[in-house]
Amino acid sequence: MGNGPGCDAAPRTSSPDAGRPVSSPSARHNAQRRNRCFVSTQQTGPAAPHSIRSRAGSPARHGAPPPHVSGISPLPVDLAAMLDALPVGVALLDIDCSIRLMNRALETLTGFTTAEVRGIPCRHALRASICLYRCPLRRPLTTASGVTVATASGAHYDMIDDGELPPAQEGDILNRHRRRIPVRMSMSPLRDADGRVVGWLHAVEDLTLVRELEEKTAKGEAFGPLVGRSVAMERVFQALPAVAQNDGPLLVTGETGTGKDTLAEAVHKASSRAREPFVKASLSSLPEFLAESELFGHRKGAFPGAEENKPGRFRLAQGGTLYLTEIGDLPLSIQGRLLAFLDEGVIYPVGATDPVACDVRLVVATNRDPEQLVAEGRLREDLFRRLSAVRLHLPPLRDRGEDIEFLLNHFMGHFAARMKKTVRGCSGKALRTLLDYPFPGNVRELRNIAEYAVTLCHGETVMPAHLPAYLFQAKAEARRAERERRTGRVAGAFGQPGSPDASDTTGDAQASPGDGGEHLARTSVSDLERRLIADALQRTGNRRGEAAELLGWGRSTLWRKMKQYGMC
Amino acid sequence: MPATLLIPLYRDEVAPRFDLAGEALLVHLDADGAELSRSSVLLAHASSEELCRIALEEKVRVVICNGIDDEFWQYLRWKRIEVIDNVMGPVDEAIARFRADALRPGDILFHRSDA
Repeated sequence: MGNGPGCDAAPRTSSPDAGRPVSSPSARHNAQRRNRCFVSTQQTGPAAPHSIRSRAGSPARHGAPPPHVSGISPLPVDLAAMLDALPVGVALLDIDCSIRLMNRALETLTGFTTAEVRGIPCRHALRASICLYRCPLRRPLTTASGVTVATASGAHYDMIDDGELPPAQEGDILNRHRRRIPVRMSMSPLRDADGRVVGWLHAVEDLTLVRELEEKTAKGEAFGPLVGRSVAMERVFQALPAVAQNDGPLLVTGETGTGKDTLAEAVHKASSRAREPFVKASLSSLPEFLAESELFGHRKGAFPGAEENKPGRFRLAQGGTLYLTEIGDLPLSIQGRLLAFLDEGVIYPVGATDPVACDVRLVVATNRDPEQLVAEGRLREDLFRRLSAVRLHLPPLRDRGEDIEFLLNHFMGHFAARMKKTVRGCSGKALRTLLDYPFPGNVRELRNIAEYAVTLCHGETVMPAHLPAYLFQAKAEARRAERERRTGRVAGAFGQPGSPDASDTTGDAQASPGDGGEHLARTSVSDLERRLIADALQRTGNRRGEAAELLGWGRSTLWRKMKQYGMC
Repeated sequence: MPATLLIPLYRDEVAPRFDLAGEALLVHLDADGAELSRSSVLLAHASSEELCRIALEEKVRVVICNGIDDEFWQYLRWKRIEVIDNVMGPVDEAIARFRADALRPGDILFHRSDA
């Protein structure tokens, strides 16, 4: 190495070791050194490597003549340009651990240029968490092995053999812009032609992306309070940011308990309307005239009992988002007025003759198939077309695969922290019971089960005894249904009347959609729901709110299902 | 106006990082900028929160430091404490510069013969 002021590796010091035989660790390198490249800052005359130097490493940038590497090509190579091509941050330090050169990646990482920090101790420029107390290069003079050298400043360091240096250390750096960046750092000695350590090469790798990836893998994807890591939910998460930024109406579909309300609120919070109100309206249980008044407001005297002007949900949501929970339950007349709002941006309060302009984003949801609602005449087709321009479907929990276990752990961790318990997970049997359960109440039901289990569990592991009894009842019902289905198949295979073609055993065995097996399964799910409702009502002394809570359903869902099964 | 400075220390230098400093120097200056007294505070363990607490308790007007997390920089400024950060060099040099009203964020005060 040269002796110039650049990345000179030759000791400028009057080292006591200079000129004397090197120790065995250094001697090991002597055999290799003939094949090495060396750094020099001396100008190489007319044959300077213009093509390389022009890329980077100009004298102005580093505040000193650019160092060169000789021995790898006929002409010396610009060292700075060579290091700039590396994707990791690299610093060359002298024997005192002062900065001599940083490549562009490290300049970007630290926010300092080589010209600014050249010659100062590396701990001040890199500011890594290991610098102050765990620096591998600053050790007391206690080791018997190794060569002791004196540095320019007179300080003595215990020289470290290559083998003694830790392979890499992880920590963080605090850059000029006050940002903390996770990094992996490694250190290698720079040796002169005689094998003496004359400086250090410090490599700093940015781990920000790695950490983000690790965090994402551990936590799963998330959009506001919505979490999950199944493929089905990943698709939803990918679409959500763009959907949030779109200001048009949004239709959210999904079974009860899949998180439609949460999604609607998360979309609002991620939208440009986030600072304005988010107003939720659940009008399914209101008579038509009240629903109309609730939604659009009314004028004083519009109908008997209208003693004051009422703004209505639309005007309460002015500038923000109005979320309608069940579009299929809205009377057709109100649907028509919604369509008028979407087309003209105005509403007509009950009893008013003049339109009122409303700047509101409309988000509507349904837990039924909207196409089916249109076919049944319960949803206006023109409104559906208008709403379904942007449509999001939340998959049921049973289609979310690994999310069941992930969400279970997520909710159990949440409730364990809230209840100050140390519940860490489920036993194998408890987990199998949960994984076999169809979760008709979806995520809401899973959340309630997790809360119930954590409440009852006093140890670290949730056992089957800590789970609600109806899960086992459901399991037994499912087994019974399965048995019945198989019995039906065997009967069918022997050509009983009304059974599928007895010779078509393949199709029967696969239980293709629309066959008797699926019908039986559907019947048993309805039957199961009926029993669950009856059981819940019995347990709660016929208090519907508590029964809905126990089942993991909303009150309106319970009401609808009771109506569907003729239970009210 | 009298002022109290807080400088996180590493040996005789401004500590490279605010959060890793195990010691801090408090310097009391009179209205003319003359140094009245110095006292150093040893921390049980390095902590940005603890340094912020000391700064508030001692009615510090200016913090001179090198690397500092944005969160604590914002907090100190919100508490109306001036923060001169990214200062690299010996602590005496930093104080002298401050007294001469010549210390700015990003100042490098090490003497570099070949820089």
